[in-house]
Amino acid sequence: MTGPGAILLKGGRLIDPANGTDAVLDVLLEEGRVARVAPSIDAGQGVRVLDVSGRWVTPGFIDLHVHLREPGQEHKETILTGSRAAVAGGFTGVVAMPNTAPTNDSRLVTELMLTRAQEADLCRLYPAGAITRGLEGKQLADHAELVDAGCVCITDDGHPVMSAGMMRRALQWAQQMSLPVMVHEEDLTLSHRGAMTEGAVATRLGLLPIPASAEVSMVARDLVLLEEVGGHLHLAHVSCRGTVELLRAARKKGLHVTAEVTPHHFVLDHAAVGDYDTHAKMNPPLRLPEDVRAIREAMADGTIDAIATDHAPHGPADKEVEFSRAMNGVVGLETALPLTLELVRDGVLTPKRAVELLSSRPAEIFRLPGGRLSVGDPADVTVVDADAVWTVDAAAFHSKSMNTPFQGREVRGRVTHTVVGGKLKFLEGAVGADL
Amino acid sequence: MGHLLAMTDWDRPRLEAFFPRAQAALEALEGGPAPVPSRLAGRWLANLFFEDSTRTRLSFETAATSLGMRVANWSEGGSSVSKGESLPDTIRSVDAMGPAAIVIRHPQSGAPGLVARYAKAVVINAGDGTHEHPSQALLDTFTLWKRWGSFEGRRVAIVGDVLHSRVARSNLTALRTLGAEVVLVAPPSLLPAGVEEMGASTTSDFDAILPEVDAVMMLRLQIERQKEAFFPSVRDYGRRFSLTEAREKTLKPEALVLHPGPMNRGVEIASAVADGPRSLVLSQVTYGVAVRRALLEVLL
Repeated sequence: MTGPGAILLKGGRLIDPANGTDAVLDVLLEEGRVARVAPSIDAGQGVRVLDVSGRWVTPGFIDLHVHLREPGQEHKETILTGSRAAVAGGFTGVVAMPNTAPTNDSRLVTELMLTRAQEADLCRLYPAGAITRGLEGKQLADHAELVDAGCVCITDDGHPVMSAGMMRRALQWAQQMSLPVMVHEEDLTLSHRGAMTEGAVATRLGLLPIPASAEVSMVARDLVLLEEVGGHLHLAHVSCRGTVELLRAARKKGLHVTAEVTPHHFVLDHAAVGDYDTHAKMNPPLRLPEDVRAIREAMADGTIDAIATDHAPHGPADKEVEFSRAMNGVVGLETALPLTLELVRDGVLTPKRAVELLSSRPAEIFRLPGGRLSVGDPADVTVVDADAVWTVDAAAFHSKSMNTPFQGREVRGRVTHTVVGGKLKFLEGAVGADL
Repeated sequence: MGHLLAMTDWDRPRLEAFFPRAQAALEALEGGPAPVPSRLAGRWLANLFFEDSTRTRLSFETAATSLGMRVANWSEGGSSVSKGESLPDTIRSVDAMGPAAIVIRHPQSGAPGLVARYAKAVVINAGDGTHEHPSQALLDTFTLWKRWGSFEGRRVAIVGDVLHSRVARSNLTALRTLGAEVVLVAPPSLLPAGVEEMGASTTSDFDAILPEVDAVMMLRLQIERQKEAFFPSVRDYGRRFSLTEAREKTLKPEALVLHPGPMNRGVEIASAVADGPRSLVLSQVTYGVAVRRALLEVLL
């Protein structure tokens, strides 16, 4: 009764938060869908059986925030290499930021990205369109055109929309398409050429400071606009305690606001900059220990919805320079899982909550396929060996770039299998369209 | 012997051992040209200035030539840097020419540390961004050491744009290491966050602190900061933070006044104070040559 190409995941611990499941169950995948979930499924003829006993079986991870650099900066990453990194990290779907060259502010660029993703045939790629043309903050991009071409949200990521009037009208225009407006919150008059977070480390190193208010004041502004005109506001890479507090208050009011956090912001604080380590330079910057504590609490209690990597590949020429001149950002797709599991081991997150943050909740808030494993759902599955100990080595990344602040870190937890649409895309270190 | 990147790398014994070396260098310079060629004779020093300088560059050059070294001066204008060459590439090229030392001034904090990763030569930080200016702190503390002998129980005010000052950071560290108390005096907009963790106390009340300190180090006010609204105007800044003749009169009788230069006369310091009996401004410059000569002897 089972057709060719069916996969039976046998003996794993199924953690499927959307269905409230955390139990040892077999999962049968067939014709790109979840066909059956039961305590013991017998493999039929031609079914490929994968023994995943002792492993976690979860809905595929979904990263709401990656930079795949194509088109325009293919020397840093391409949609192919970025997709390889994604499936290696357990991600079955990624939302690709529009700060490409040219900017993804038109159907042509969106379609190019989707074509490249189809050619790569690895993970699902969801383009994010620009809020404003060329990310310049001057004129709205054609959002309806972008949505019709396949964009799932709009954002000027990396370029805050400094005009409150522009942001208000973006929220208004986007809401008729139920489109999330993803915001990089930074008041440029407050960050003011700064290179790292305001505090003792910036002071010692003589680096111009970026105060928390640069982020928090813009969050406050946009929440006021959201309350006034409606829509869906999504806060990218939340980095400070003040933002978390505003987010909680906005939730209480019932505003439609969601938020993501990056692994580097919940694992590292400003001390990681050390002696001008440009791999610890990102925007928003690494914050103070009190901010990290607040973010972890918000991840645990549901205030923050999603873990997103802000995967930002850069080459050595962008990082082996003076700190203030170094490009912002780190690669993150291949280290997100073990860094998240650090919070599970620290007792901050339950395994179920960790999977929610990596998979079910991001799928839900962006209304993307996947994120759960009910019968009939897409067969997007990640299998995790939560106890595997390994050492981060950027040279072994599938990504084209190696800019990680976690080089040499001993971590625990590794993706062993990634299945997208019922096909095995990642298997114990190997990547392929149909392994 | 290693590079000179930051005063945070120097402990107290090292500083205290250095001052007599600087004193010997001062005496040697006052005695005219070296009678015998020094062991550094014939080696050369690259003065790389990515930012303007008068005192620092000239004093490194004077110090090096007094030891029989040759000096190549380079500044950013008209170089390959304007063609987009990266700092690591520039340094690899300079280093391949075989200098014994690279003296670098750079507008970016941390640049000398980056240079040190690529150079075989000894790297001397001659001022990097808003980070450190360690040879300035050595000459400032040497100037005070000659007057005081010991720093225990001494209290020094560093006054002005602390946020953007590499001189303030290096002096704060050196003075604390030597056992002095340091109070940073600046408007809140120009006091960096968390600077207390470097061992300083802070205040915005210059008038209140004046009678309590043994030395006042005035910082140069970067007038262009007015455009960025760190203060409303030079005039308004001066109303609270300029070392005027009236304020000078409230200092302890034996209190000293220092300024690293270049001075904005009438802005952060009145001419009469800068040229007055408490002022060590020109001693600082004279000692600067001796300190840098001693540095080359110690480091190379």
